[in-house]
Amino acid sequence: MAKRIENTGEPVQFTFDGQTVTAQSGDTVAAALTAAGIDILRSSVVSGAPRGVFCMMGTCFECLVEVDGVPNRQACQVPVTEGLTVCSQQGAPEVLEASA
Amino acid sequence: MTQHSPMEPTKVDVAVIGAGPAGMAAAVTASKAGLSVALLDEGQSLGGQIYRNIENGTPFRDGILGRDYVAGRTLAQSLRASDVTYLPRTTVWNISTDNMLDLSRDGSSSQLIADKIIVATGAVERPSPMPGWTLAGVTTVGALQILLKASGVVQEDAVLVGSGPLMWLVAAQMISAGTPPKAIVETTPKGRMAQAMPHILQALKGHRYLTKGLSMIRQVRGAGIPIYNAATNVRINGGEVAESVTFISKGKEHTIHSNHIALHQGVVPNQQVTRLLRCDHKWDASQHCFRPVLDGQGKTSVPDVYVAGDGAGIGGAKSAALMGRLVALAIAQEKGKALPERVDRLEAALASDGAVRPFLEAMYAPAPQFVKPAKETIVCRCEEVTAGAIQEAVDLGAPGPNQVKSFLRSGMGPCQGRVCGLVVASIIAERRKASMDETGYYRIRPPLKPIPLSELANFQPLEVAQK
Amino acid sequence: MTQTADLIVIGGGIHGSSTALFAALRGMSVIVIEKDTVARHASGVNAGGVRRLGRHLAEVPLSQHSMEIWYGLQDMLGADCGFQIAPQIKVAENEEELDRHRARVQTLNRMGFYHETILDQPQVRHYLPAVADHVVGGLASLRDGFAQPFWTTTAIARKATQAGVVFKEGERVLSLKRETDWTVTTDQDIYQAPKVLNAAGAWAGALAGSLGEYAPVEAIAPMMIVTARLPKFCDAVVGATGRPLSFKQMPNGTVVIGGGRRGRADTATNTSEMLFPELRNTAATAMDIFPIMRGATIVRSWSGVEGRMPDDIPVIGPSALHDGLYHSFGFSAHGFQMGPGTGETMAGLIETGATQFDLSAFAIDRFAPPNT
Ligand SMILES: Cc1cc2nc3c(=O)[nH]c(=O)nc-3n(C[C@H](O)[C@H](O)[C@H](O)COP(=O)(O)OP(=O)(O)OC[C@H]3O[C@@H](n4cnc5c(N)ncnc54)[C@H](O)[C@@H]3O)c2cc1C
Ligand code: FES
Repeated sequence: MAKRIENTGEPVQFTFDGQTVTAQSGDTVAAALTAAGIDILRSSVVSGAPRGVFCMMGTCFECLVEVDGVPNRQACQVPVTEGLTVCSQQGAPEVLEASA
Repeated sequence: MTQHSPMEPTKVDVAVIGAGPAGMAAAVTASKAGLSVALLDEGQSLGGQIYRNIENGTPFRDGILGRDYVAGRTLAQSLRASDVTYLPRTTVWNISTDNMLDLSRDGSSSQLIADKIIVATGAVERPSPMPGWTLAGVTTVGALQILLKASGVVQEDAVLVGSGPLMWLVAAQMISAGTPPKAIVETTPKGRMAQAMPHILQALKGHRYLTKGLSMIRQVRGAGIPIYNAATNVRINGGEVAESVTFISKGKEHTIHSNHIALHQGVVPNQQVTRLLRCDHKWDASQHCFRPVLDGQGKTSVPDVYVAGDGAGIGGAKSAALMGRLVALAIAQEKGKALPERVDRLEAALASDGAVRPFLEAMYAPAPQFVKPAKETIVCRCEEVTAGAIQEAVDLGAPGPNQVKSFLRSGMGPCQGRVCGLVVASIIAERRKASMDETGYYRIRPPLKPIPLSELANFQPLEVAQK
Repeated sequence: MTQTADLIVIGGGIHGSSTALFAALRGMSVIVIEKDTVARHASGVNAGGVRRLGRHLAEVPLSQHSMEIWYGLQDMLGADCGFQIAPQIKVAENEEELDRHRARVQTLNRMGFYHETILDQPQVRHYLPAVADHVVGGLASLRDGFAQPFWTTTAIARKATQAGVVFKEGERVLSLKRETDWTVTTDQDIYQAPKVLNAAGAWAGALAGSLGEYAPVEAIAPMMIVTARLPKFCDAVVGATGRPLSFKQMPNGTVVIGGGRRGRADTATNTSEMLFPELRNTAATAMDIFPIMRGATIVRSWSGVEGRMPDDIPVIGPSALHDGLYHSFGFSAHGFQMGPGTGETMAGLIETGATQFDLSAFAIDRFAPPNT
């Protein structure tokens, strides 16, 4: 379980798939979700398997989420702001059927 | 220093990409020499990886992160005091051969033209492909450290799996934070010390690093954390999320339960920008990675493009800053400016700082499991391509990473091969019995980072005549 | 040692490889010389459109012939080329554009071709449910398609190898000389053959020029961008009428967008380069025609080096100056579909000296050299 050992910023609230998450100013979306114990951010576009944060530094693109309606944002690079709407990205199941 | 100025520059003498130690030092020195400088970084704050969030440190966090971290503050301050234009949250997503940089900032794209470009984009963690490494809850060790530095968040009861100095450092930092790892699964193969010993005399010249390293390892052992040595056959188990890690150590199979497993196999140069620019690269057998080919002054094979810091080859923060200054001086000299400091002193300091490297490189070279993963292991995480599929593509005639990519889409996902590139190349080289230089690497194409189609439609290019 | 063959093909793209294959099937011995690797340039990196729709009238018969081969190509090669039959549709954004399409269909019908048809507004919506409201109709060729260019070209080359063709990759032709036979000198070897085909793509103009034949090939770099995967919304390959666009959602959900705009091509270094400002309008067009694209993200791009002729149709046929020399190049960014058919036709022409097709529109001597 993730634990915040120090509070330095202001509390900031945003939603992830409709659930309210309280973060701190200065957090990235990925850090805030990790701190809130949320490890699954999306499902793989190939197999649909759940995926979460991997590198936290913008390299792996595992943390792609939809932020305020814009898909494919790197949660580890986007700072949290009050009222942000973040949604998990669910693979592309219809697409898989079509190509099978 | 100028920041958020309404008139951002459209033309500069020097564009520095990356605001870690190399980039900050290069920018400050170039600016002191009288050159106009823009420092661009996609991150929110100065510091790069090692000095991440350096300007917002608290005494509590400084205490956990240690002296080497705090040392970065001076560099950040000198940058703030300089005339450098620092542009945070700015992603360089393309550079064309006429030195035009395509940038994305706060959701809109524009251009900047630079006489000289210093690539200071640092390192990325070497991939540790193993069964189960795509499960949610599995991160890199670096990711845990970033959480701590940037947000003061620590993962409790995490298991660290891998090898190398950074893993020990992060373990020590987690202990200081009061949330020690549950266990450390060390993958450094047996017999490495013997291979490293020939370099020990030279390494002693850099004894500060050796002492620090030993004291870190002692701190971790002293904290009573279980440490498993020379682990092999490592795999992660779980359904939706990681649940445990299984491995063999000292002839016995072990399973440790945790939902948070962190992997590390050292760091390697981030090649994206230098590959995009088609700089020549060569395989470094000691560091087990590709490095851009540079002259003594950080100059690549491509005119006007320089590299400083870990992107040039792994040397650590101190070397990165020294090299940043040297590269800036080389450019200043070429531009006929008076040099603000002496080159020979910097060169001597750089040589002495690097003395410990060959020892560390021999000691912590990646274990075979991660260089030649088993057939069923996923290598390309984005497109879920296994090691076995890559071998089959080679057998069908694919001679290198780009043809494998055309066959299998490995390296075609959003990470563009940042994670799988080195492993894909080594699987191909192994299969074809070819060298890494013959095998080569992915061609890197823009955009370096994804950009919305709508942002491209609203792109604001510079209205200058294209050469 | 000098190697000999009935035919030497210069260029391992789809035209060189397929001519070699069909020539070998006719019993000729063939050597293909390629300076890089098979499918390295335009043939391996194009957009994969297998399109008859909207072609220059001179190309229609050959393109139609090629299409017939495409339908059976995977069986013939015993390989997966990623080929799928799919509609190709040029959407009309206003009545005037639709009228132009109507006139074209009449012309084609008079020539005896019926593959292109007019779609009215409900029909275009039927094929393209995600299309924007302002689209009034379109021109369609319902049994065109798309394929994987790299898979296709390498599969043709593999089949050719099985049929006895020898591929020399990584070898560059330096000079051509004709005595009784042609002598082809490369940077590594010397070859002799009575017949030579110049299928050297963007590099073909220089080769023709070295033999005194003027062919103003311009090296161009068509640019393609690729989005992250989107839910399936489009089965057809789509173009616009009044503005450049080529648009295709791949079976895996990614969308490939190209169209008209060009990057930088350099034949000396074999490289091409993206110029993103040139793609602003293409991006806007894609979003105008498919509003769902407003949420798309570009993850990749590519471009390749292609040869273009001033009149945008290729050079196909015998040399105007030399016996035993043939040309097949300058496909001006739409030669992938023509590959199998042109290869089959050229093989016949080279072996027998005749073809059923009227190639006069593609003659090399249609270009007047400057200052003469
Ligand atoms: C995860 C991780 C953790 C580490 N932790 C430690 C540690 O605790 N102690 C230690 O001694 N060493 C550590 N290292 C090694 C250390 O980071 C390096 O030795 C040192 O930071 C190198 O400095 P640099 O300036 O070359 O690169 P960096 O500090 O990595 O700076 C590069 C910068 O470039 C930016 N960038 C990259 N691409 C672009 C682009 N296209 N557009 C704009 N900006 C871009 C990045 O955002 C980054 O800020 C770590 C390395 C990693 C990868
Ligand atoms: S976690 Fe790797 S890119 Fe965000």
